[in-house]
Amino acid sequence: MKELEIKDLTIHYKTRKTEICAVNGINLSLEKGETLGLVGETGAGKTTTALGILQLVPSPPGQILGGEILFQGENLLEKDDDDMRKIRGQKISMIFQDPMTALNPVMTVGEQIAEVIREHGICSHAEADERARKMLETVGIPPERAKEYPHQFSGGMKQRVVIAIAIACSPDLLIADEPTTALDVTIQAQVLDMINELKERNGMSMILITHDLGVVAETCDKVAIMYAGQVVEYGDLEHIFEQTAHPYTRGLFGSLPSLSGDEKRLKPIVGLMPDPAALPTGCAFHPRCPIAIDICKQEAPPIVEVAPGHICRCHQDIPYQLQTPSVSGEAPQREKGVS
Amino acid sequence: MSKLLEVENLKKYFKTPGGPLKAVDDVSFSIDKGKTLGVVGESGCGKSTLGRAILGLHEATEGQVLFEGRDITHIKKKDRRKLTCDMQIIFQDPFSSLDPRKTVWAQIAEPLRVSGEHMSRDALNYRIEELMDTVGLAKRFTYSYPHELDGGRRQRIGVARALALNPKFIVCDEPVSALDVSIQAQILNLLQDLQEEKELTYMFITHDMSVVRHISDEIMVMYVGTVVEKSPAKELFRQPQHPYTKGLLSAIPVPDIRRNKKRVLMQGEITSPIDPPPGCRFARRCPYAKDICRKQTPPYEETLPDHFTACHFIREINSL
Repeated sequence: MKELEIKDLTIHYKTRKTEICAVNGINLSLEKGETLGLVGETGAGKTTTALGILQLVPSPPGQILGGEILFQGENLLEKDDDDMRKIRGQKISMIFQDPMTALNPVMTVGEQIAEVIREHGICSHAEADERARKMLETVGIPPERAKEYPHQFSGGMKQRVVIAIAIACSPDLLIADEPTTALDVTIQAQVLDMINELKERNGMSMILITHDLGVVAETCDKVAIMYAGQVVEYGDLEHIFEQTAHPYTRGLFGSLPSLSGDEKRLKPIVGLMPDPAALPTGCAFHPRCPIAIDICKQEAPPIVEVAPGHICRCHQDIPYQLQTPSVSGEAPQREKGVS
Repeated sequence: MSKLLEVENLKKYFKTPGGPLKAVDDVSFSIDKGKTLGVVGESGCGKSTLGRAILGLHEATEGQVLFEGRDITHIKKKDRRKLTCDMQIIFQDPFSSLDPRKTVWAQIAEPLRVSGEHMSRDALNYRIEELMDTVGLAKRFTYSYPHELDGGRRQRIGVARALALNPKFIVCDEPVSALDVSIQAQILNLLQDLQEEKELTYMFITHDMSVVRHISDEIMVMYVGTVVEKSPAKELFRQPQHPYTKGLLSAIPVPDIRRNKKRVLMQGEITSPIDPPPGCRFARRCPYAKDICRKQTPPYEETLPDHFTACHFIREINSL
């Protein structure tokens, strides 16, 4: 049985004037103990997907319009509020993006960790305090600091506290939303190593939301590339990095300055992310796609399995072979008039 | 090659209740005309303060800044204003560095107006149109407000403002950190094109190692107010010498799944720049630290041609 399976999930934000199509029919699956990387740029719908799993999409204006989220075989969308309360934190928990704002500034960090444990009624109050101190130790903070407040900690330490809260009840699935984006590289390396170690020790599954392909390469087993609320490419780490199929994914790799190569100019994707309130017809990527043809403008692309387990949403037959990821054709001279 | 900017023993201390915060502590370097110096380091290492102290946005505590051979450390306000035509800055956050109540037109017109040179309305319009074209902003945005634009376009306004007075030198303070990768690549290409066209000199401040390698001719690595290593860009990545640089480089996640993932993991956190202990600032995290490192400031010397480092044991560590 799959740990998590998302089928055709659609989430829109409806206001009086507009309807923002944040997530448009995505399919994902995750085995027990695996890490799935959810990659995409700002506004691709990564965070909304995560909030959808936990049913924390702010409503109104957010609405889950359809689909299924099967977690350990049960559809989370059919659960009522009480049931979801029991699942959140205990079975599925989340590390929020910004450690600076995710913590309560007027509660000691020890209290904040103990709160989760108490909420799920696992043990007595005194025991919860003791467990909170143990959790701090697990994430590499001296337990004596449990009585301190968030402002007394550095950014990296705060993120460790947030992680301690998320794993306090040993969840089966951990959703980490950009857990290291706000941190410096050396601290990022420490935090990533720690998350990986904890994941292995507890046999957790994890969804890692990020825009950093470097972080993905070092931590994930599966990767889903999101664009305009859809998964445009999904597969094993090797599929995505070495047999890149979708033109958007290739564009992402082309945009990255490399640490070893000698390229003079980067090959960015032309144009901008589409407005989720007015998505282009057909394939949402066609206005920026270097290989778009007529059909791309009219019809939504089919979901093609280019290799077993490697899925790509594109109209065109993409030559399937080992290649260095780059956008085909010359990059335009200067991206003039683009912006 | 002529030196455009020279910085000698520059110090910038801030007063705090806990003692002096040594944001920039005895930094010396120079940049040749038309080149890019990348300045890297983690948050709080003083790289932004250094950029601002050079432009006179912070008054230097000690030391000298020479621009085209002329000492500009403590020049008069009137002269400083003239100098700003030659030295400009692009700020990190395109969301907070623009006035929310001004249109794109007014944002770009501002430096042209305050420079003191009188321009007719037509000339102003023409110049603004030209600048928007240079940075790749479509004409239809002339009367848009910043909140109507996305991050990439806002950063293009920032670039247009910096270019308005035809400067020779631009401090780019994390100009792409707030942007998505595909937009980041567009802005980096723009900056490189402009440099070629107008012979600009950049000081490029960032914490992103792959960006700095891509854009710089030389790279300077800072740690808690001091320079620990400086070398030509490619060489720094090929053979880093200082233990901090080694740790920093190995901590970068690389988007390549075949790479050997051996890491020199640095333990602990960055030393506070407030009243730091004597000796090498990196000693507390350094795997090679000995007694002398905690007592004496290491000398900053040329260990290989054009490759400078500050470490007591640089020769032993790298077996030079």
